Amino acid sequence: MYETNYHRASSVEDAVRLKSSAEEGKYLAGGMTLIATMKQRLAAPGDLVDIRHIAGLKFISVTGRSVRIGAATTHYDVASSPELKAICPAICDLAHHIGDPHVRHMGTIGGSVANNDPAADYPAALLALDAVIVTNQREIGAADFFTGLFETALEEGEMIVAIAFEAPERAAYAKFRNPASRYAMTGVFVARRDSGDVRVAVTGAGADGVFRHAGMEAALAQNWSPDALSGATTDPADLLSDLHASSEYRAQLVKVMAKRAVAAA
Amino acid sequence: MGVEGIGASVARKEDKRFLTGKGRYTDDMSVPGMKYAFFVRSPHAHARIKSIDLSAASDMPGVIGILEGKQLQADAIGNIICGWMIHSKDGSPMKMGAWRPLAHETVRYVGDAVAIVVADSLGEARDAAEAVVVDYEVLPAVTEALQALEAGQPQLHPEAPNNLIFDWQIGDGAATDKAIGEAAHVTEITLRNNRLAPNPMEPRATLGIYDSAEDHYTCYTTSQNPHVARLVMSAFYNVAPENKLRVIAPDVGGGFGSKIYIYPEEIVCLWASKKTGVPVKWTCDRTEAFLTDAHGRDHVSTVKMAFDRDHRIIGLKVDTIANLGAYMSLFSSAVPTYLYATLLSGQYAIPAIHANVRTVYTNTVPVDAYRGAGRPEATYLLERTMETAARELGVSPAELRRKNFVRTFPYQTPVIMNYDAGDYEASLEAAMASADWNGFAARKAEAAGRGMKRGIGMSCYIEACGIAPSAAVGSLGAGVGLWESAEVRVNAVGTIEVMTGSHSHGQGHETTFAQLIADRFGIPIDNVNIVHGDTDKVQMGMGTYGSRSGAVGMSAVVKALDKVEAKAKKIAAHLMEADESDIVIENGELKVAGTDKTLPWFQVALAAYTAHNLPPGMEPGLKEGAFYDPSNFTFPAGCYICEVEVDPETGKTEIVQFVAADDFGNIINPMIVEGQVHGGIAQGVGQALLENVHYDPQNGQLITASYMDYAMPRADDLPSFKLSHQNTPCPSNPLGIKGCGEAGAIGSPPALMNAITDAIGNNDLTMPATPQKVWSALNAAN
Amino acid sequence: MAKVKMTVNGRQVGSDCEDRTLLVHFLRENLALTGTHVGCDTTQCGACVVHMDGRSVKSCTILAAQAAGSSITTIEGMAKDGELHPVQAAFKANHGLQCGFCTPGMVMTADDMIRRHGANLDEATVRAELDGNICRCTGYHNIVKSILAAAQEMRAVPQAAE
Repeated sequence: MYETNYHRASSVEDAVRLKSSAEEGKYLAGGMTLIATMKQRLAAPGDLVDIRHIAGLKFISVTGRSVRIGAATTHYDVASSPELKAICPAICDLAHHIGDPHVRHMGTIGGSVANNDPAADYPAALLALDAVIVTNQREIGAADFFTGLFETALEEGEMIVAIAFEAPERAAYAKFRNPASRYAMTGVFVARRDSGDVRVAVTGAGADGVFRHAGMEAALAQNWSPDALSGATTDPADLLSDLHASSEYRAQLVKVMAKRAVAAA
Repeated sequence: MGVEGIGASVARKEDKRFLTGKGRYTDDMSVPGMKYAFFVRSPHAHARIKSIDLSAASDMPGVIGILEGKQLQADAIGNIICGWMIHSKDGSPMKMGAWRPLAHETVRYVGDAVAIVVADSLGEARDAAEAVVVDYEVLPAVTEALQALEAGQPQLHPEAPNNLIFDWQIGDGAATDKAIGEAAHVTEITLRNNRLAPNPMEPRATLGIYDSAEDHYTCYTTSQNPHVARLVMSAFYNVAPENKLRVIAPDVGGGFGSKIYIYPEEIVCLWASKKTGVPVKWTCDRTEAFLTDAHGRDHVSTVKMAFDRDHRIIGLKVDTIANLGAYMSLFSSAVPTYLYATLLSGQYAIPAIHANVRTVYTNTVPVDAYRGAGRPEATYLLERTMETAARELGVSPAELRRKNFVRTFPYQTPVIMNYDAGDYEASLEAAMASADWNGFAARKAEAAGRGMKRGIGMSCYIEACGIAPSAAVGSLGAGVGLWESAEVRVNAVGTIEVMTGSHSHGQGHETTFAQLIADRFGIPIDNVNIVHGDTDKVQMGMGTYGSRSGAVGMSAVVKALDKVEAKAKKIAAHLMEADESDIVIENGELKVAGTDKTLPWFQVALAAYTAHNLPPGMEPGLKEGAFYDPSNFTFPAGCYICEVEVDPETGKTEIVQFVAADDFGNIINPMIVEGQVHGGIAQGVGQALLENVHYDPQNGQLITASYMDYAMPRADDLPSFKLSHQNTPCPSNPLGIKGCGEAGAIGSPPALMNAITDAIGNNDLTMPATPQKVWSALNAAN
Repeated sequence: MAKVKMTVNGRQVGSDCEDRTLLVHFLRENLALTGTHVGCDTTQCGACVVHMDGRSVKSCTILAAQAAGSSITTIEGMAKDGELHPVQAAFKANHGLQCGFCTPGMVMTADDMIRRHGANLDEATVRAELDGNICRCTGYHNIVKSILAAAQEMRAVPQAAE
């Protein structure tokens, strides 16, 4: 990787200050994407501000059905939280299938969300759960947060401090992994609330990144069952196509993963 | 056999160092003053180099030196060679294009090396490499062999019009055509054998050390055959004469063929060490490995298999086009010819065979031997054809194979090979019993109830190993003899060192070779050291590939042991005043048969070195060497059965059962042999389900240049395997060994593909059978 | 260039390195602990797995500076007093290694896996947990067998709660 300067932040304020004083600074959480990208010399931040050690960014709090997860909470800690498992096992299951055990020990929810990789898992969950991304400056709804491939609504210097959502009555995530990278080639998160509100969010497949599937949401709102999705379609023109999966094949996977997620929810 | 002798599953002596982090691989080596190299490589698949500007890079921090191809040429460093001459059917020799270790005129694949940067740290070397300015005139590129042969395509080498390297044939074309003309049924199929990246987990590395005081070079390298590396670097590359060059291949983290060859980096680092005056270490990263390690396979073949009314094969005609990449690598010409077409008879008695093979240059990294090397291509072709024929003829695949098996030995095929021993029916029966072949219909029905499509497939493979009789391969074009050497050095206290020219990079030679000594003399394997991988310690060797270490390398040890034993017996007979013919060796003692006279092994060894009381005229010492040149290839064979379930909604294939029944001849260490089969099957499964090297046909960029896009088999892609052995000893070597290193990779791909095509009811499926491809094939079938 | 201090295999260590230095290179080059390997450049092969503060991590994707102040265990720290760790012993007994290159990462991964799952490990779980470790030699058959055997062996020994 190119040369860089490492800084360790002791607080959110400290982190923001360190980053603002750097020319091309980046926040470094678990580093599972950022360091990997820097190794390939595809990213070259002049300064890294390590937020992994900030007290107060690693927590999972559950009050009633309200969930709040600190930005520096690792995938492993999300996956193995009994409190979370009790009210939203889908998010634990999702976290348990991110990367591999070693990546889960380092990678964080905040880092994953801020990076918005089109094949990452968390964005699908946050969109389907109507989560709020809490930053040091404001709260941003997931629908407004994910703005495109690797693009988010975060402003320069803005830092995610927590993710918050209300646990739905039913939810599940099903993904089909890329045989090589093991990232989601298509992942679908479904969530249903007692109000009848249904959300279906798809990752790994969309040409513009994570997206909600209106057709499936309407069908499931009528009839919450895998069969309700039999007629659902996804326009391949809106989907990614690569060496491993054409957009037509991804359209099929969107349907199949959605059905399996509903069945599992 | 004894607890540590031949046939015992002895735990490996070498494991402790690997398990405790004390293995010593090339990249672990460090010497005083050592600096780091990074290679400037072509980003283009095909381009002319207009100029190279090193000025900015040379001023970068930490830079010791930057060297380019012109300097290499000025120092008369030779071209990379191909060691096997093949003649086209018109008698003309193969068309070798020049492969410069550092290109200075034309680059022909993405990754072709252009310059070497030596710096204080790897980071600085890489920083400076990015500042080297190479002005390229980009030329059109071609990556597919079929396309490269067409008129008007980019031309790689002026020596090879239309990119054709050779157009070779084997067998009787007229007889084969006649058989096809008279056949009751002809099965025709076109098959692609996908291109693979070998991917030993240890990336290649080398450390070149030039000692100006002695004018001597030392090369640490990740090699399967350090002596051949020394020979080639001396005789052809003009790096240094052999007595001034020591090559050490220390612990090597897997090879699978890709570490046979002498690559540009080894030569350039040695040369750069002299030029810069510092030891130079280069370690490949994984992307660089994908770009520059020799790839494997990449054939397209059309097949016609002719049957008589009784379903006996009467003729086989094969036309193959093999992609050899941008340059001819060391064994590249032998792989699609003598290692491939000579196995096209398979396990079957086929009276007429003809194969035509055209090899082609393309703008891709060179293709050479990868685990199996030619034999997986032959087996895939035959066994998919057999399965297709069985389906077309409406007979069971097992019956069709049984009907055509070779059953009497020796058997001379129409394509050179003379099979010496085997029992193909025994492996077929064992595999079918182990797989509960007869219960498949019930399992299929049960799976259907769960919405899954279940299929079963088999493959009966044969390979030629124990490579190879030197005179035979010499007559076929090999540039070297393929014997092996060994030296057995008994120390004065009776402990033993064995120097072998075989090289262990995962195969466990330190244990299995020691088992030979334990078996012969009854001394513990802890008293035996196996020495290999260093040209200063072992006089000569041809290295490890082609499943040859057991059949050839161990046979050389046996020959040397014969001499040691004979001398030890003479000494013992003299000391115990007995007749030499009455001496037997048991449990570490030399005894006079039928008496209670014994001498411990160490006392005989001591007597050899004190030399106070030796038979008249005997030289002191107890050390013997031997060269063993095999009289024939060996012919491991077996039957593999694979059972799969395909998820029709996603096209994902799960292997629910994998059975291997192998005939490896006699086995020294069953545990290690089984490990070889496991690993081979995993690589074969990788080829059939996951792995594929993909170049962008438009611009020759390698798309699958990391594990993000090249799918390596993981633990959850594979089941546990069910193995069995039906061994018929090999008659041509003293241990009766056939070899086991490649069988798994040879036998498994067609078994898997036959199972998947059975499951989905569509035979039109290419490797790797990715979920997308299987899903598409399933839709096409419905 | 800064001095990075951490505890490695129970010993306090400190060494100067560039901020861009990866933990794996710090271990291999600054501390001469060459048992931890690099087999890929995309955080996938797992040859570099070590334990950081008791959890398995990929040392090829962590800066040495990020690990400053932490406690690292490498493959060199597993055997105690010349006795192989039960995981190491199980790999030897079950032929869970061939070329040895992925082995350190496999051993560190196996130990972490057993710590988390204890005796609940079954074959399917072991295979799933090996997602981040690639072996090219063994076909994983004997690695899986080794880990299951080690889990049984270690069951007798009470594991510290997380």
